[in-house]
Amino acid sequence: MSSTSTTAAGRAAVPGRLAAPAPGTRILRSGNRPGEAVVRVLLRLAAFLSVAITVGIVLSLLGPALDFFSEVSVVEFLTGTRWTPRFADASYGVLPLVTATAWTTLIAIAVAVPFGLGSAIYLSEYAPDRVRRILKPVLELLAGVPTVVFGYFALTWFAPTVLQRFLSLEVGPFSILSAGAVMGVMIIPTVASLSEDAMSAVPNALRQGSAALGANRMQTSLRVVFPAAFSGIVAAIVLGISRAVGETMIVTIAGGQLVQMVSSPLQQGATMTTFIANAALGDSRVGSLEYNTLFAVGLLLFFLTLIVNLVAIQLVRRFRQEY
Amino acid sequence: MALYTPQAAAADARRTVLTTSGRSRERTPRSLVFVVLLWFSLLVAFATLVALLVHTLVDGLPRLDGRLFSEYPSSRPEEAGARPAVLGSLWVIGTTAVLAVPLGVAAAVHLEEFADRDKWWNRLIEVNISNLSAVPAIIYGMLALGSLALLGVTQKNIVVGGAVALGMLILPVIIISTREALRAVPRELRDGSLAVGASDLQTTWRITLPAALPGIATGTILALSRALGEAAPLLLLGGLVFLSFDPNGLLSQFTTMPIQIFSWTSQPQAEFHTLAAAASILLMGILLLMNGTAIYIRNRSQKRW
Repeated sequence: MSSTSTTAAGRAAVPGRLAAPAPGTRILRSGNRPGEAVVRVLLRLAAFLSVAITVGIVLSLLGPALDFFSEVSVVEFLTGTRWTPRFADASYGVLPLVTATAWTTLIAIAVAVPFGLGSAIYLSEYAPDRVRRILKPVLELLAGVPTVVFGYFALTWFAPTVLQRFLSLEVGPFSILSAGAVMGVMIIPTVASLSEDAMSAVPNALRQGSAALGANRMQTSLRVVFPAAFSGIVAAIVLGISRAVGETMIVTIAGGQLVQMVSSPLQQGATMTTFIANAALGDSRVGSLEYNTLFAVGLLLFFLTLIVNLVAIQLVRRFRQEY
Repeated sequence: MALYTPQAAAADARRTVLTTSGRSRERTPRSLVFVVLLWFSLLVAFATLVALLVHTLVDGLPRLDGRLFSEYPSSRPEEAGARPAVLGSLWVIGTTAVLAVPLGVAAAVHLEEFADRDKWWNRLIEVNISNLSAVPAIIYGMLALGSLALLGVTQKNIVVGGAVALGMLILPVIIISTREALRAVPRELRDGSLAVGASDLQTTWRITLPAALPGIATGTILALSRALGEAAPLLLLGGLVFLSFDPNGLLSQFTTMPIQIFSWTSQPQAEFHTLAAAASILLMGILLLMNGTAIYIRNRSQKRW
């Protein structure tokens, strides 16, 4: 380690050589004292632990999931529309769970994106310094509320007061709509904060140029700053989506336990995470089909969020503009 | 993410260029509607926050009393308390901190101070850490569950199991925030130390880390507060149990406050919802205290190098 790291940066420090060090590289280096090599190895091991965790996630999900797929075909799992693992005539079609997840995610994003972006534009382009210094911590406060409290809130206040009384909707205490909407509010700070970072990073020369051409602040925000920050905004939205897909407590508490192909947000429906959380409550024996089912759904959830994240990285790369 | 940095202040100053120009152009009907829409989007978030806090306080405050700390869960709401959950949260978060903080800081020190960026494995670690931070919390519970099964542990509901799950959950958060704190320490400090003959590790230990300590503390407290509010991974480890004893060790059975809130919320009776609200106030109070401490440390130690 020490030998490799001294070469590039260290050589430049040798008198008589003209090569200037690259910005950020350290010019000075010194030798190790006895025992320091051990410490460095320990530090490196700590860093490699993160890779070990990823491998561990994949392996620990894959093992039981493979056992599951030796008994249930992948096609049946991915295309079946009946999910009744506990019935005598068990059926393992995961689509009802996936549909419910898609619904809650869709509703959450429909709430979080417009309001999150609106907040971000205000904070980045309109708010005076003083106002922003108050508003941002309050948004953080919203982000700090535990999800289980959001679930309690959706069940005991949002569904009965807002959905049933104010909007007079025909919904029960459990519904996809109530879980999704509250989840959307939960995600607003994520979308707002990351988009605001992206918009604040847009150089001021662009704003000034836009103003010089006669644009007002709305036009500047929407036609100059927004497109310029687009990659960051997309990343914020995609991160919001992946949080919505993986969110567990709100949907488990407020979305209902009934497994069905959801066709309307007013229905209740169990999502993938609801199923995992509920199945975990029952004491399923390690190695049983019930236990393995849990991991098959978990693996699907892991891959779904992974795909969402990879899409985000691709989009960011594609639309990134360097200033 | 939320720091009000000197750069942000500078951006603010520059942004005023726009406020001072063209007043009449800002007064067209469309742009006024636009501003109102922006206010409305902020209002949605704040109104929800206010509704949540008020509703929880009104529902829960009457029940936020000594019984919550001294009693054990019960099927009779008037006798129920969250004593094992409060103690369980302390045990689990304490163990999580002991596990995750040294590992996270060590990994960050390696990546920021010693790693050679050109090596593919170090880039792999960086990509991997940013991916890990987006993995759903419940997956970490499955990882812990699967690992315990692999180790042949039959009692999955143990403090150390929960701490491992939460530790893995917040490890990426700690690594990322520690790296930012280390990056903010100017190179001249390190060079000065090296110039007077300190070794790399001495420099890291005595100069860089102390200088970065406030930033590391802030990030760590925020990460731990996230772990404290998290219920999903622990649910998988069978955290939803009625305990009639205090958790008393690393291998003890446990339940935590978020899980207790979940359990009470799932009951049909309104009295249990009141209990859930009371426990929620307690939990949010603790989280607020932790976040407040973090922000206080951050603001107090904002050094301009």
